[in-house]
Amino acid sequence: MSSAPISKRYIARRAVNLTMTLLCGAAVLIALIPLISVFWLVLSNGIAGLSWSFFTALPTPVGEPGGGVGNGIVGTLYLVGLACLIGLPVGIGTGLFLAERGDGQIGNAVRFVAEVLSGVPSIVIGIVAYGLVVMPMHRFSALAGGVALSLLMIPTLARTTEEMVRLVPRALREAALALGVPQWKTSLRVVLRTALGGIVTAILLAISRAAGETAPLLFTSLNNQYWNLQPDQPTASLTVQIFNYAISPYEDWHRKAWSAALVLLLFVMLTNLVSRFLARNRLQRAR
Amino acid sequence: MLPEAEIRLGRERPRPRRLLQRVNIGDTSFNALLWIFAGAVLLIAGVIVFSLWATARPAFKAVSIPSFIAGQNWDPVQESFGALPFIFGTLVTSGIALVVTVPVAVGLAIFLVEMAPSRLRPVVSFPLELLAAIPSVVYGLWGIFVLVPWLRDSTEPLLSVTLGFLPLFRGPPLGFGYLAGGLILSVMILPTIASVSIEVLKAAPESLREAALALGATRWEAVRVAVIPYSRAGIVGAILLGLGRALGETMAVTMVIGNSPEIHASLFAPGYSLPAVIANEFAEATSSMHTAALAALALILFGITLLLNSVARLLIRAVARGPARVAA
Repeated sequence: MSSAPISKRYIARRAVNLTMTLLCGAAVLIALIPLISVFWLVLSNGIAGLSWSFFTALPTPVGEPGGGVGNGIVGTLYLVGLACLIGLPVGIGTGLFLAERGDGQIGNAVRFVAEVLSGVPSIVIGIVAYGLVVMPMHRFSALAGGVALSLLMIPTLARTTEEMVRLVPRALREAALALGVPQWKTSLRVVLRTALGGIVTAILLAISRAAGETAPLLFTSLNNQYWNLQPDQPTASLTVQIFNYAISPYEDWHRKAWSAALVLLLFVMLTNLVSRFLARNRLQRAR
Repeated sequence: MLPEAEIRLGRERPRPRRLLQRVNIGDTSFNALLWIFAGAVLLIAGVIVFSLWATARPAFKAVSIPSFIAGQNWDPVQESFGALPFIFGTLVTSGIALVVTVPVAVGLAIFLVEMAPSRLRPVVSFPLELLAAIPSVVYGLWGIFVLVPWLRDSTEPLLSVTLGFLPLFRGPPLGFGYLAGGLILSVMILPTIASVSIEVLKAAPESLREAALALGATRWEAVRVAVIPYSRAGIVGAILLGLGRALGETMAVTMVIGNSPEIHASLFAPGYSLPAVIANEFAEATSSMHTAALAALALILFGITLLLNSVARLLIRAVARGPARVAA
């Protein structure tokens, strides 16, 4: 037993320790509240409106029963597809550059620019796509939306691809080079192929993020009441439809917004979970 | 392991000429391709700046930059453009978000890295990733139908009764307003700040903790005297990264902030933010000057976030090498 004043001090210190531990633990619980709330409310409010026709039908005017968001679902997939056409080669190529040649000054500069670009607000990217595509073409179009989404995709994709390629063990690369395989073939056939699982993860994450974007589509792909698969025409998207339904004054549209949000959330979560699963498998193999 | 340079050196021994040529063509073109991709990212950065500038330029020709930024009147029909209400709304909502989120996010990170058993880490980081993956329009929907009614019916009346002596908490409880915008932002930037803080704290050397604990410090004291001073710059970087997200977040704020281009002292009052006004007015801009003025707002937003992000990345880079840079 120590003397009285020290022991008092000790108790006080232990009390502070306990309080801070409890406060920090409480922070974890507080952080989980909004997550549970969002998931539960989207699920409980959205599930009633789901039906086969919700996925396949066109939207109906206010007051008319039935109708769905079929064109929005197709439109979102179409826009994301367009974005992938432009964004995947550039993003993955840049990632490969950063991993293979990115150790010098220029590599650092490219990496820094990619990191900073990934923080540019999506609405700003929307304006950029407006200036690049909509103004010269004089019309809102799916192409403009695709360009906006691809600009959002590239920086993140480049950085994740780099990390995935860097995970490939050096020994593999050295073995190929020692066998006399040229560098470019080593990069493409050995390194890139080994990192393929990780890159698929990166792609899925990019797709899931692009599918959830609304702001850059508001004045690029705009919206459309009908089906559209032409790149030079305005196109509906799930997210813009949710936005329009949510801010409308109609009960019926609010219900549709919840159901559409449920569809979107399921899609985003599914791609996220699949990519996570792939990444976990990969890491276990690497260990 | 053999350094790559030596392997490359080894290949330059004299060989039959044709083979050497073939190898070189493949390598040269592959190299060139990689450099083109690297150039593409730099090009994209340049195009973003140029396109914004070109779209916004007519506005800066018509209105001087100081009067644009400090002007309080926004009336597109009269071609009067003052950005102050939007800048004010953006700063107020982001400020609320930081005040609410920073203690929670940093506390969560400290708990997971320093206090909880390490088995708990994946259990919590998974929900954090889910929180980050929810699209912002879904947050907005949740904001309109859950957060706003909750604020209007219980929280705002309560605040005005208890803290009503402050001008911040006066006025009719509308629900839609600065407070709703700030709170929804705080939910959205939580995963960013928390996950980067976790990486930063993990990067603090184990020996620091051990030294503090060996001197008889409690867990919390070890965190306070050994870990936090080491990680401070990185945590500030995480917060700045979160702030950058908050400033540019569009849909969720647009849906709950009330969309009224005025400046109020009360947090309950409806306001407007830079991204929100762009989202609402750009597609239906009444004149080319209106379009340019909105693009000028985007340029301001771009400048602020660019600055914040650069500082944040440099701070985080200085503290945590590796995964922290990807975590966000």
